Amino acid sequence: MTTVTSPSYADAVAKYEAVIGLETHVELGTRTKMFCGCTTEFGADPNTQVCPVCLGLPGALPVANEAAIEATIRIGLALNCRIAEWCRFARKNYFYPDMPKNFQTSQYDEPLCEDGWLDVDVDGETVRIEIERVHLEEDTGKSMHVGGATGRIQGATESLVDYNRAGIPLVEIVTKPVNGTGALAPEVARAYVTELREVIRSLGVSDVRMEQGSLRCDVNTSLNLPGQEWGTRTETKNVNSLRSVERAVRSEIIRQSGLLDAGERIVQETRHFHEDTGQTTPGRSKETATDYRYFPEPDLTPMSPDPEWVSRLREALPELPRDRRRRLQEAWGLSSLDMAAVLNAGAVDLIEATVAAGAKPEGARKWWMGELSRRANEAEMELGALGISPAQVAELQGLVDAGTLNDKLARQVIDGVLAGEGDPKAVADARGLAIVSDTGALTAAVDAAIAANPDVADKVRSGVHAAAGVLIGAVMKETRGQADAKTVRELILSRLS
Amino acid sequence: MIIHKTAAELAEAIAAGELTAEAVTRAFLDRIEAVDGRVHAFLHVDAEGALATARQVDADRAAGRALGPLAGVPVAVKDIVVTKGLPTTAASKILEGWIPPYDATIVARLKAAGMPILGKTNLDEFAMGSSTEYSAFGVTRNPWDLNRIPGGSGGGSAAAVAARMAPLAIGTDTGGSIRQPGAVTGTVGGKPTYGGTSRYGLIAFSSSLDTPGPVARTMLDAALLHEVIAGHDPRDSTSIPQPVPPVSAAARQGAEGDLTGVRLGMVREFGGDGAEPAVLAAYQAGVEALVKLGAEIVEVSCPHFEYALPAYYLIAPSECSSNLARFDSVRYGLRVGDDGSRSLEEVMSATREAGFGPEVKRRIILGTYALSSGYVDEYYGQAQKVRTLITRDFEAAFAKVDALISPTTPFAAFEFGARTSDPYQMYLADLYTIPSNLSGGPAVSVPVGLADGLPAGLQVMAPTMRDDVAYRVGAALESTQEPRLADQVPDVADKEL
Ligand SMILES: [Zn+2]
Repeated sequence: MTTVTSPSYADAVAKYEAVIGLETHVELGTRTKMFCGCTTEFGADPNTQVCPVCLGLPGALPVANEAAIEATIRIGLALNCRIAEWCRFARKNYFYPDMPKNFQTSQYDEPLCEDGWLDVDVDGETVRIEIERVHLEEDTGKSMHVGGATGRIQGATESLVDYNRAGIPLVEIVTKPVNGTGALAPEVARAYVTELREVIRSLGVSDVRMEQGSLRCDVNTSLNLPGQEWGTRTETKNVNSLRSVERAVRSEIIRQSGLLDAGERIVQETRHFHEDTGQTTPGRSKETATDYRYFPEPDLTPMSPDPEWVSRLREALPELPRDRRRRLQEAWGLSSLDMAAVLNAGAVDLIEATVAAGAKPEGARKWWMGELSRRANEAEMELGALGISPAQVAELQGLVDAGTLNDKLARQVIDGVLAGEGDPKAVADARGLAIVSDTGALTAAVDAAIAANPDVADKVRSGVHAAAGVLIGAVMKETRGQADAKTVRELILSRLS
Repeated sequence: MIIHKTAAELAEAIAAGELTAEAVTRAFLDRIEAVDGRVHAFLHVDAEGALATARQVDADRAAGRALGPLAGVPVAVKDIVVTKGLPTTAASKILEGWIPPYDATIVARLKAAGMPILGKTNLDEFAMGSSTEYSAFGVTRNPWDLNRIPGGSGGGSAAAVAARMAPLAIGTDTGGSIRQPGAVTGTVGGKPTYGGTSRYGLIAFSSSLDTPGPVARTMLDAALLHEVIAGHDPRDSTSIPQPVPPVSAAARQGAEGDLTGVRLGMVREFGGDGAEPAVLAAYQAGVEALVKLGAEIVEVSCPHFEYALPAYYLIAPSECSSNLARFDSVRYGLRVGDDGSRSLEEVMSATREAGFGPEVKRRIILGTYALSSGYVDEYYGQAQKVRTLITRDFEAAFAKVDALISPTTPFAAFEFGARTSDPYQMYLADLYTIPSNLSGGPAVSVPVGLADGLPAGLQVMAPTMRDDVAYRVGAALESTQEPRLADQVPDVADKEL
C-alpha cells in the first residue's frame, strides 16, 4: 500500500488544476412558509410554527407562496438568468424523518431561472462565475440527536425533530463548474459566496446569515492534471462561514492531491468540513446514490410568470452591489485597498448615509473607519449597532469643520451620544464642550502660564521654541482642553518674542 | 318511512317542519344499528355528533334562520376524507387510531350546510381496489346479495346508501371508485370534473386523478350533494376557480324526460369485449330508452381509450408511491418495532411492512419502479403522453356529441374472492371509468336496470366543467324506469322490514 502524504498547497496547485462548483441554499425572508400560512420567524419553541400542510398530515395540500416565486425571479434576474416562461415544481423522493412528506417539493429539470452569471473581484481581477440554475424548493425540519457523544445520529438514544423550519422557502443557486482559477480557487469560492450574499442582501429577500443557516453552501472540488479530463469531485457540506468556504476548498485541494500523488483514486462522496481542524471527513458515499425518482408535483399547477411582470421586476431591481461599490469608490476617491477595508468593516452603507446627511466623504470615512470601528471592536458589536447614526456622525463632523470641536472634544461628544445624551450639538452644549477661541480669555490663560513658569518662558525667549510645550500644556489644562492647541502656541510665541 | 325517502324529500319535509332533523338522523342511526352488522358499510359511526348537528338544524329552523338546501339530511363520509375529531383510517392499519386535527374542505362544507355526519364508510385500503375486499378492517357486503362485493373502492358509501343506512354519502373517484360501486349497488355515483371539488383533506392516493363526489339514490339527490361540496377552494391549487355547473337544475330538467336535440356518442372501442352479456343487455335497454326520449345516438371513435388502463396503472401507482411515503411512523399512525434495539430506518420499514396491505404494497412497488431512474421516461413519461392523447380523444368526440355513454363497468357484483387472485381481472372492473379520470372530465353512473337480478349502471361522460350535461342525461334515463331501481329495496332491506 502506498503512503499518502499531504503536499503543501503551493505544490498541489502547481501540479493540478482545480475545478470548483458551488451550490448555495438561501432561506427567503418571506413572512409565511412556501406552501402554507405558517410564520417563518426564527427562534420560536420547537414545533410551534406548524400546521397540517407543513407537517405533511394526510390529506393536506400545498399552495405556492407567490412572494417566494417573485423573490426567486428577482434573484435570477440579478444573476443575469433567463426566467422560465413555464415551469413546474417536482417531487424529490427520499426518506428522512425531518422531511414530513418523505419527499421534498423542489424543482428538477424545469427551474425558474437558468443560465446566468455573477462577476466577482479577486486580487484586482474580475472572474465571471457562470450560474447554471436558480430554483425554488422547501426547507426540511431540523433533527437533533440526543444521548450520544457527538450529537450525530450514531450512538444517540433519541432523535428529536423540529418542524418549524420545514417548508420555509429555500432558493438553490447552482454554479457551473469553475475552472482555470489556479491557486486562487479557494479565494474565488469565497469571493463568489460573498458577492452572492451581497446581491441577495441588496434585493432584501433574505437576511443571508450563514451562522443562522439562512445561507448554506456546499462546495464541490475536483483536481485534474493540466490537459486531462476533470477528476472525480467531492461535495463538502457543513461550510458555515465565508472563511470556511475558502478553507474547505483549500483543504480538499491538498487532500485530493495527496491521494492522487500516491496513485489513489478520489471517491465521489459527500464530506463534512470541521471548523476546528480545518479538515474534511467523509459523509455518506454517493456511489450508492439515492434515486430521487423526480416527477412533476401533481398537487401544484405549473408556474408561468407573465413576461411583462418579469420585465417590470427587472426594471425595478436595485443597483447591484458591485456597481454600487464602483460608483462609491470613485465618488469617495478611494484606492481599491481603502475600499476593501471599508467593505470588510461593513461601513459602506454607514458612510454613504453619513455623506448623504451632509458630511464630506473623507470625514465620514475617518469617523466610521477610525474611532467608531475601534469602539465597535472593543464592544464586540457590529458597527451599525453601535448606537450612533450616520446623521449624528455628519452633525459631529459639521461641528469639527466649523471649528467648534477638535478631534479630542469630538471623541468626548461621541461618549455622550453613545451614552444616550442626545445629538452631538446637544451633547456638546450640555457638557460645555467647545474650542475656546475667545483670545481675551486665552491671552489671560497664556499670561498666567508664563507668570507661573518664568524659567521656561526665558528658554522660549532665548529661541528654544520646543520648550513652549510646557506652557501649551498648562494653558490646555487651564482651559480643560477646549482651546485650539495651534492658536495657543502662536499666542505664546508672540508674547515671548 | 323516513329511510325510504330521497334526500330531496327529506330536506323538503325538514324545511316544512313535517320532520325534525333529529328524527331523520335517528331513523338512519337505527337503520345502521339494525343492518350494518351484516353489511359492514361503516368503520365508525358518530351518533352523538350527527344528532348534535341535527338538533342544531332544528334549533336554527325554530329560530327562523335560513337553512341550506340539504340542511338536516344526514350523510356518510368515505373514510379517506379527514374529519376533525373523528377517526380517519383510509381502511389501513397504518392509520388505525389516528384522529385528524382538521376537517377536509368538503367536510367543512357539509357541516356548514347543516348535514349530520353519520360516520365513516369502508373502502379498499387507500382507495386501491374495486371490491372493498382490500380493506384492512373487513369486507363490506353488497345489500343486493350479501355474498357479493359492493364494488370499490367506495363500497362502504355505496352499500350504506343502497341499504338505506344513509340517504347520501361522499365518495372519491380515482379510477371509478364512486361510479363502479354505484353501478353494482344500484345507486347513483357522480365523479365531478377534476378540480371541481376540493381535494384538501382527501388522503391522497393519486393526486392528479382523485376526485371527491356524491353517492345517492337519485340523480337529483346526487346533484344537490354535488352543489354542497363543489366550488373553488383556495387550499387546493388544482381547484378550478369557476362557478359550480348547475347540476341540480340539469337533473330537474332531465327528469322531464325530453332529450330532443341531445347527441350521445357510443365509444366504438368500448364494444363490450369481455363484458357480461346480462350487463350489456341492461345497457342496450338503457340506450333504447334514451333514444325514445329523443336523444340521437352516434358511434364515435376514441382510439387511445384502449391504452387507458395501462396508462392508469403507471400514473396512479407512481403518484401513490410518493403520496404514501409519509406513512413512516414518525409523526402519526402505527409504529412497529420501536423497542430501542432498532434503527430509525428499521422501524420505518417494519411499520410499513406491517401497516400496508398487499394491494397497497403492490402499487407502491409498481410506482417506485415506474419512477426510477432509467425507467421514468419509458413508463411514467409514456403514460403521461397517453393521457394527453386520451384527453384529445375526448375533445374530438365532444366536438361531435354532447356526451358519451357506456356501461359503467363490464360486470355486475361478483362473489367475494372471485378476482383477488389475479389483479388484472380486478383492474378490468374500471375499464370504462378510467378514461374520464385521465382526462379530468365529469361522469356519472346511473342505475340502468337489473342484470340477472343484480344492478347494472350506465355511465354518462361529459366535457370538462359540463357536469350538468351528465346530470341531465342521467336524470332523463332515470325517469324512464318504473319502478326506479332507487325505489327497489335490496335483499338485506327486505329481510329487515
Ligand atoms: Zn404550516
